[in-house]
Amino acid sequence: MSDFIEARGISFSYAMEDDPNPIRVFEELDLKIKEGEMVAILGHNGSGKSTLAKHFNAILQPDEGQLLVNGMDTRDNNKLYEIRQDVGMVFQNPDNQIVATVVEEDVAFGLENIGVEPAEIRRRVDDALERVGISEYKAHAPHRLSGGQKQRVAIAGIIAMRPRCIVLDEPTAMLDPAGRREVMKTILDLNRNHGITIVLITHYMDEAAQCDRVVVMDSGNVLLDSNPKDVFSHVKMLKSVGLDVPQATEICYEINKAGYPMPTEVLSIKECADELQKLIERTYAAKRKAAKLSQKK
Amino acid sequence: MLKDITIGQYFPGQSFIHKMDPRMKIISTLLYIVMLFLAGNLMGICAGILLLILMYQLSGVPMNMVTKSLKPVIPVVIFTSVLNIFFVSGEVLLKFFFIEITREGINLAILMSFRILCLIAGSSLLTYTTSPIELTDAIERLLNPLKKLKVPVHELSMMMTIALRFIPTLIEETDKIINAQKARGADMESGGLMQRAKALVPILIPLFVSSFRRADELAMAMECRCYRGGDGRTRMKQLQYSHRDWIALTVMAGAIVVVLLLNV
Ligand SMILES: Nc1ncnc2c1ncn2[C@@H]1O[C@H](COP(=O)(O)OP(=O)(O)O)[C@@H](O)[C@H]1O
Ligand SMILES: [Mg+2]
Repeated sequence: MSDFIEARGISFSYAMEDDPNPIRVFEELDLKIKEGEMVAILGHNGSGKSTLAKHFNAILQPDEGQLLVNGMDTRDNNKLYEIRQDVGMVFQNPDNQIVATVVEEDVAFGLENIGVEPAEIRRRVDDALERVGISEYKAHAPHRLSGGQKQRVAIAGIIAMRPRCIVLDEPTAMLDPAGRREVMKTILDLNRNHGITIVLITHYMDEAAQCDRVVVMDSGNVLLDSNPKDVFSHVKMLKSVGLDVPQATEICYEINKAGYPMPTEVLSIKECADELQKLIERTYAAKRKAAKLSQKK
Repeated sequence: MLKDITIGQYFPGQSFIHKMDPRMKIISTLLYIVMLFLAGNLMGICAGILLLILMYQLSGVPMNMVTKSLKPVIPVVIFTSVLNIFFVSGEVLLKFFFIEITREGINLAILMSFRILCLIAGSSLLTYTTSPIELTDAIERLLNPLKKLKVPVHELSMMMTIALRFIPTLIEETDKIINAQKARGADMESGGLMQRAKALVPILIPLFVSSFRRADELAMAMECRCYRGGDGRTRMKQLQYSHRDWIALTVMAGAIVVVLLLNV
């Protein structure tokens, strides 16, 4: 698989009008994202995740270094719209990214902007609505939908443009658990069944655990970058930068710390339950053995 | 409580009038208003009322919606009637002290009252049978020729669309802020006018702040979706005049001719 997004030593700072010292967000950052990957980006508030995400579709441009999207430099202003078609962006608050007063009109918005033929827009809008499972609401007003449905409208608006990559900046932060599940299911389907590269910025560790790769950021640096099992085994390091681990991992970690032979590379509740059962069976068997031995004596 | 407010008063349906092209609905409404003002006598106004009843029957919008739409204009009607009755000179019918009531005054008062009532009922039919988005869309397309005169037609219609999109969101937010301030002990219902106006400040300030943040985020989301103004933009829904629209246009033109004939 080839690199789809490649950051080569990028630096960025926000220039402030009334402050001579600009806020430096990151310096000399390197990061590669392969085509078809599903990558989670973790980090506490203010660690620069959103700023980095905005570099991926040329909303922000690096002060130094180079950011390539599908071989195009984001500082090349002629490629701006090509890059934004390739890399779609979904934000945290679904209310603030829906433009039109009817669901299907909103999904069509991006396609109208890039001048697609009306019949083709119709086809792609219906297709996108179908794919995120909100076809039945296509004539509704967006404010009548639930949070999860609104966020799926936003996702439909992006996938209608047939991007190769979607960057989602905390898309589930404002949703209830049911809405969160709906959105995660949609994202996973897009990645697994349609090969769309996903960059998911999130605060929920169980969401990150479902990705292929987890990148942990801390004050503008990449702290960890590996598969979820490996990343979440660094419980201490994650806690030191203000992050959690998935609940299942935490339980196993604590049991292990208490001195029992429990593996710490566990992500899902099911794995955790299985390991716990094994542990209990092993301890029980050992106890029985010890009891038998003492009886013989 | 604020949630019950609806903007526009769209009455969904499948009637002849609902299915008309929104552009022709606007044109027809304008022609109807022209007709009302061309009508110089009661016969002409009667023709206008007849046409109005016919249109409402055709649209399937219940007649009690008409009375609902007319209620707010009744003071205006009374006011203009009084002005006309007392201040138009002509053949005197009644005279108290210095006030004269003339035949011409009464005639004009009746004419004006029915004109205003028909005008409101007629234009309400437009909003009853056309959704806000169709309306903004149609206005954008009707005004399109003005682009040559450097009128920012696309921008204006985008502003209207976004306003329509955000009114329900902001109403919901206002509701939340009011509840939050009430929970902190704010008192909004008692006191004089000044006190109540002051009580609005802690509601308006958070609303303004959040509106600016919303605007900021929306602008970025639009940029991410390749928005760059009206140039080179296409639309998913194409508007197309059909036989219905030509029938409507003919009827309206016919009505104007009838009114002109009744005038002579
Ligand atoms: N528009 C902005 N102007 C100035 N500073 C900003 C702006 N956006 C973010 N920052 C600052 O940049 C840093 C990184 O923010 P951000 O990328 O939003 O982090 P995260 O998304 O990880 O919470 C923070 O210190 C924040 O205060
Ligand atoms: Mg952020």
